[in-house]
Amino acid sequence: MKQQLSWKVGGQQGEGIESTGEIFSMAMNRLGYFLYGYRHFSSRIKGGHTNNKIRVSTTRVRAVEDRLDILVAFDQETIDVNYHEMNSDGIIIADAKFKPVNPEDCEAQLIVVPFTEIASGLGTSLMKNMVAIGSTCAIMDLPFEVFTGVLQETFKRKGEVVVQKNMEAIEAGFNTASELLGSKRGSHKLDEADGVQRMYMIGNDAIALGAIAAGVRFMAAYPITPASEIMEYLIKKLPALGGAVIQTEDEIAAATMAIGSNYAGVRAFTASAGPGLSLMMESIGLSGMTEQPLVIVDTQRGGPSTGLPTKQEQSDLMQMIYGTHGDIPKIVLAPSTAEEAFYDTIDAFNLAEEFQCPVIVLSDLQLSLGKQSVDPLNYAKVQIGRGKLVNDAVELDELEPMQYFKRYEVTEDGVSKRVLPGMKNGIHHVTGVEHDETGKPSESSLNRQMQMDKRMRKLNDVTLHKAVDIDNSIHGEADILLVGFNSTRGALEEAQERLEAGGLKVNHAHIRLLHPFPTEKLAPLMERAEKVIVAEHNATGQLASLIKMNVGMASKIHSLKKYDGTPFLPSEVELLTKELV
Amino acid sequence: MVTFKDFRNNVKPNWCPGCGDFSVQAAIQRASANVGLTPENLAVVSGIGCSGRISGYINSYGFHSIHGRALPLAQGVKMANRDLTVIASGGDGDGFAIGLGHTIHAIRRNIDMTYIVMDNQIYGLTKGQTSPRSSAGFKTKSTPKGAIEPSINPMEMALTSGGTFVAQGFSSDLKELTSLIEQGLNHKGFSLINVFSPCVTYNKVNTYDWFKENLVKLSEVEDYDAHNKEAAMQTLMKHDGLVTGLIYQDIEQPSYQELIDGYDEKPLSAQNLQLDENYFNDLVKEFM
Repeated sequence: MKQQLSWKVGGQQGEGIESTGEIFSMAMNRLGYFLYGYRHFSSRIKGGHTNNKIRVSTTRVRAVEDRLDILVAFDQETIDVNYHEMNSDGIIIADAKFKPVNPEDCEAQLIVVPFTEIASGLGTSLMKNMVAIGSTCAIMDLPFEVFTGVLQETFKRKGEVVVQKNMEAIEAGFNTASELLGSKRGSHKLDEADGVQRMYMIGNDAIALGAIAAGVRFMAAYPITPASEIMEYLIKKLPALGGAVIQTEDEIAAATMAIGSNYAGVRAFTASAGPGLSLMMESIGLSGMTEQPLVIVDTQRGGPSTGLPTKQEQSDLMQMIYGTHGDIPKIVLAPSTAEEAFYDTIDAFNLAEEFQCPVIVLSDLQLSLGKQSVDPLNYAKVQIGRGKLVNDAVELDELEPMQYFKRYEVTEDGVSKRVLPGMKNGIHHVTGVEHDETGKPSESSLNRQMQMDKRMRKLNDVTLHKAVDIDNSIHGEADILLVGFNSTRGALEEAQERLEAGGLKVNHAHIRLLHPFPTEKLAPLMERAEKVIVAEHNATGQLASLIKMNVGMASKIHSLKKYDGTPFLPSEVELLTKELV
Repeated sequence: MVTFKDFRNNVKPNWCPGCGDFSVQAAIQRASANVGLTPENLAVVSGIGCSGRISGYINSYGFHSIHGRALPLAQGVKMANRDLTVIASGGDGDGFAIGLGHTIHAIRRNIDMTYIVMDNQIYGLTKGQTSPRSSAGFKTKSTPKGAIEPSINPMEMALTSGGTFVAQGFSSDLKELTSLIEQGLNHKGFSLINVFSPCVTYNKVNTYDWFKENLVKLSEVEDYDAHNKEAAMQTLMKHDGLVTGLIYQDIEQPSYQELIDGYDEKPLSAQNLQLDENYFNDLVKEFM
């Protein structure tokens, strides 16, 4: 019996590879297994190799598995591209239709099953994916009935007959593969799972759900990979809450519309990726200068320019922190799991209103699109705080004739009372031009300095529950401190375990608040480590530079950089760390 | 009772004496009072340029945004609070150069708001460069031998983009301009009012006198029907766009807000943000 296995389905984009993975993993999720998914896909609608790799485990997993146990192949390319990942006792099940060939140096066993033929015999070749799932059941010694519920939901709109036909396809796949597998039948049986019902979601789902829970009622966005799912979720859910989504003409309109909505008192946001964020930079400056709350989600993908639009990267970091002209207060959060993405998104809306400044929720493609198990989210933890928003016009003193409300009053903490259009005694002006306490343009040197200082000192008080997650830093003195952000958490955690098993003392810190940088949280850990290894998906070591700027200790910082478009595997972190030590 | 004086503040505009924008400011103040607005329920969102300063010269909520982006920001304001009256405003550079994309999309989106362009056919604040509204041959600092690009025709463009309220005014005719803004504010949908607002410093061609000589008032055109799009287009083409008055209005087309699925009849800004616990738990279950 195994505690975990890694399963992959591959074929041509557009032939249902993703939905095959989806149906397989939904059933595994309901049995209570922990899952972590990875999608390999290209920027095209049809054609080109695509695959969906899913790790299934009896314990929590947060990284793509190094190796592969079961490969479901719908074409020869899938075998040729992926066989090198196979464990020696692994099994490739392939459709007889393309006359699969097992490469000479492949140790895994090839089992040829007539997926298409069986499916056609039952009515339509479209069901070949179900035959493949049935074949998987035979390898895992899994009763195929576990798919009944998932199929009923997936095909309910197509009617009971379709559900029945698909179940027959699964059964036929199971029976045929059982015979062909011989002694390998049940070779990858998993130990029973805990049966706990968990959510199975991509990071973008968690961000979108977090936005709804935080009280968002308006979103303006422009479609882009890998952010569009966030907009699509809100388009589905906001009508029931009275809200709306506008698909704008571009990302500049998206960001400025969100600013306008926040200015008028609604929690509104936008979500995009690198190219969109580049277009939003001037708007982000406007939000900072005019002290309007603004939340923007950046789902990082391969850059620069159009770059690798469907591949993993973390190269927007510096742009998110420094990418607007002039100095503004800004907060940048970086969740590392879907669960954190949910809670951080809620925090982002609270922080944006508390500090009246732009807040960026930084994600990366693997977090945004990789599906993972999430413990049921906790309603009680959803708190909404609106900072110094004046929520009752009665609180406002009557304005003197011809006078404006002091929307930008210089205060000790830098945050001023915020009023909304429609409030009788709150009339004031808002401008991206330097302005006085009432918002009127002012070029006075003294005023400039006071207003700039006021805006910038707002960041002195930014706190986050876990600005740096140091749960895995157990050693007082360590040989190595592994540091990362966003989706690399799982790979770093597993590398840490393996390095520890090899006799090294390894701590791990994952940065959740990238700006303002939590120097005081990270510095003590760095002091107590021989070497600090910063793992990140970019070519220039942006996080490492940020740490050097804020914490110092440059001589002990080593960069572990990967920018080939694929997420770190635990084995890569382990190996590269060993090389550096 | 609210009068136009209630929409005045004590800020002295930094416009040149004689600038056409003073009339636009006065017309907005008068029209706002005439249609019964109160200062706190009016939001004026403006772009960048001399004209962009207008949001600071009216006693109302005002947002002076960034170059070319007044329209999307103003649409966000209106989406958040449908009870507010929202006016976006800016110059011809703002609306027809850097922000042209937003202009066309705002026209076709048809959110219930008013957009007033102060069109002086020149870049004034940057001291005299060509604008997309400058006529071919127009000599400026950036076109010393005369502009070689044809001018944009905003009114024709608005008609072909699905505009439901298309009008044009002139700074010298405060009465007509005030009336057009009133009609725009009362229109259920997106109203575009382009105003010939002469730059007395940098535009020595399109002067007050030049406009007086060349403009045709539609109210004086016999049998002009502002509900006939085809005739509106023909009239614009015949007079090279040099007309004032209500050019076209579609009173049948519902505004964007009326068409959005589920959109709350109350302002979104008045909603309770806390989700119902059962609803939240249902959303969570969808991922199980």
